[in-house]
Amino acid sequence: MAIIEVTDLVKRYGRTVAVDGVSFTVDEGEIFGVLGPNGAGKTTTVECVEGLRSPDGGTIRVAGFDPRADRARVREVLGAQLQQSELPDRIRVGEALDLYASFYPDPADWRDLLDVLGLGKHVRAEYRTLSGGQKQRVSIALALVGKPRIAVLDELTTGLDPQARRDTWSLVEQVRDSGVTVVLVTHFMEEAERLCDRLAVIDAGRVVAIDTPAGLVEKNSAGQRVRFRPTSELDPELLRVLPEVTGVERHGPQFVVSGTGNLLHAVTSVLARNQITAAELRVEQGDLDDAFLHLTGKALSE
Amino acid sequence: MNKIIRIEWKLFLREPAMVGFAILFPTVLLLVLGAVPALRTPDPQFGGARFIDSYVSTLVVITLAFLGLNKLPGTVATYREKGVLRRFSTTPVHPARLLVAQIVVNLVAGVLSVVLLLVVCKAVFDIDLPHAPLGFVAAFVLGLLSLSALGLLVAAWAPNARAAGGWATVVFMLVMFFGGAYLPRFLLPAPLVRIGEYLPPGVGALQDAWLGTAPSPVHLAVMALIALAAGTVAAKSFRWE
Repeated sequence: MAIIEVTDLVKRYGRTVAVDGVSFTVDEGEIFGVLGPNGAGKTTTVECVEGLRSPDGGTIRVAGFDPRADRARVREVLGAQLQQSELPDRIRVGEALDLYASFYPDPADWRDLLDVLGLGKHVRAEYRTLSGGQKQRVSIALALVGKPRIAVLDELTTGLDPQARRDTWSLVEQVRDSGVTVVLVTHFMEEAERLCDRLAVIDAGRVVAIDTPAGLVEKNSAGQRVRFRPTSELDPELLRVLPEVTGVERHGPQFVVSGTGNLLHAVTSVLARNQITAAELRVEQGDLDDAFLHLTGKALSE
Repeated sequence: MNKIIRIEWKLFLREPAMVGFAILFPTVLLLVLGAVPALRTPDPQFGGARFIDSYVSTLVVITLAFLGLNKLPGTVATYREKGVLRRFSTTPVHPARLLVAQIVVNLVAGVLSVVLLLVVCKAVFDIDLPHAPLGFVAAFVLGLLSLSALGLLVAAWAPNARAAGGWATVVFMLVMFFGGAYLPRFLLPAPLVRIGEYLPPGVGALQDAWLGTAPSPVHLAVMALIALAAGTVAAKSFRWE
């Protein structure tokens, strides 16, 4: 069931059209990714969903409410983690959580929340003394303290070191597993691939594709290749007749089979039937980067 | 709302420089000036009063100017720049409450500062407590509100925290000058003294309420008007991010 519905959203800044007819729905309980290069309109789109900006066109429903007309209702069900949003230097972590918890009718126990986020020891630490990763986790805690049904996380892991990034990812999965719908804005492929159930790829203010990460890769990349060295003589024709196979090449003792769909399974089944073992078996797959390049004509990662 | 005020108050107390300047500085300055024999000797120049008698209302101006024109715009502009206000706007609570909390904190700090000053005035220098207590409270509250409104106006219009600091300092200097903080008011030419009586926070009204009979209603009305006008414009033009 859709918990967020965005239809034909348009937002202009002066004469620049930042968001140009974006539509998508987010289902309850999923991690929905909004992926695109910097300046594609991702943040503007989610800011309209959060009610921080008023759209110039289109409609938005969050749990059935209009974010501008039903300001308070939407803010009670939606927790937002913003890009570059800090707290006063000298506020203590516990004070910030306690304060924000008081804004909601039925808040979470913020002490538990801090424990889950690994901040239990920092309850009395002043905000300015925290590391970047810790600040980011405080930010997530504040987004979750109102027990939202939806959490919007914008560029969550930008500026974090790889370890902190991985920790944050498992955290996002925990949030989803606790029943919260997550909207994740990112320009990191790896993050989108690892976390998202579905993705909207946004480029120049428009949605160019919505699919699962695997679906995007499958439909938009050159397909996959299986490389191996057969341990005994193999007739290439056995492979060429398979519907999944689009080409077979031989490089000395090595076979390179390209194709689509469940290629690996098809190839290994044939080998098994003929009692041939594949040595040095490798599967090369197109990834989201390829798909993104194909969809937008530009590389996402710099 | 109470929680926001409590936390903002705690944050204020954690800034020793703020606390020192807003609450302690005027009293310390009084003690220093009062230590100079010439300044606590009656002088015909002040109609037989002492320098410190004529200077006490200026000390109140220092507190009010610091709170309204330094602390308030500085904090608000920094909160905006750092996204503190923006984060507030993602919650069911409107960020305007944070500004209200700031003004309440300023009122409490201002009251503490003035009470401390009054106690020292009476106990150490035998300066009378305000002759017109109600008028003094009215002048104090209107003075702080009008300066706070100007401070918010600066915060609303300044593009960033640095600019807000710079602009507010200019207004701060003017207020301090007309309030007699740099040159005692008896040394200022009559037209400047007149301007100072109407410019927030109304040093004339404070002086009248303290050592005269009662503040002139015109002075109070002008300050109320400035507070209202500046406050309205600030509210209308305020940017939350």
